[in-house]
Amino acid sequence: MLKTRRRPLQEINSSSMADIAFLLLVFFLVTTTISMDKGISLILPAEGNELEVNKKNIVEILVNQSGKVLMGNSPVLIKNIQSKAQKLMDSNPKLIFSVQTTNETKYKSYIKVLDQLKLAGASKISIANPPGN
Amino acid sequence: MQIERKNKANNEISTSSMPDIIFMLLIFFMVTTVMREFDGLNVLIPSAKMIEKLESKRNTVYIWASKDGVISVNDRLIRPKNLAGVMYDKIVSNPKITVSLKSDEYASMELISEIHTQLRQANALKLSYSAKTEE
Repeated sequence: MLKTRRRPLQEINSSSMADIAFLLLVFFLVTTTISMDKGISLILPAEGNELEVNKKNIVEILVNQSGKVLMGNSPVLIKNIQSKAQKLMDSNPKLIFSVQTTNETKYKSYIKVLDQLKLAGASKISIANPPGN
Repeated sequence: MQIERKNKANNEISTSSMPDIIFMLLIFFMVTTVMREFDGLNVLIPSAKMIEKLESKRNTVYIWASKDGVISVNDRLIRPKNLAGVMYDKIVSNPKITVSLKSDEYASMELISEIHTQLRQANALKLSYSAKTEE
């Protein structure tokens, strides 16, 4: 009778498993970009939704190409918009801020003005198209 | 007479569960990773104080606007007046879309205003002006 030789148990060497896992881990650590998408949110009005608003509930904020701001007919520094907007809102909670720029206004100054209004807690912000558009 | 010391217990930390720990970390990173999809244009985004986080990358469409007036939507260069058409298709396929506008600090408002108009035409009303934190 033939004797069946007992084979030694065959195992895959798993000692390098940790190394492989480490390598994959490092790859994912390097490629992961933690969500950096931050910004100033705004909801645009739907088209053809123009409302008539009482003149006294609107404050016009004009921004020119050199970044100078005119708020309700008086010049104001960008960093002072927040306090001024807050004062105006205290006296009239229904106030709407209408931001109007020129075609040549830099996006940077527009964002700064918008940021100040958001800091003041203004929720009713209207963006007017530059004249000529 | 010397007192025989008791054999100390083996003091080494067992490393046999190391691969398991690493695998767990690995799976965590694999699940949370969202690969950067788009390269975009070379823009210098403005800084602001009152910034909010965007909800999810999956519901976001990126629009890059450079100071030369070039617009790119998810890495496709388009003309500003064709933006509404492109955005309309995206809104139809996913109505929860938020637009993240990555515009250069020195872009003119003429371009931004055109983007506003086009987005309103496409009914893509949720807009976020991408900005970095001000120091």
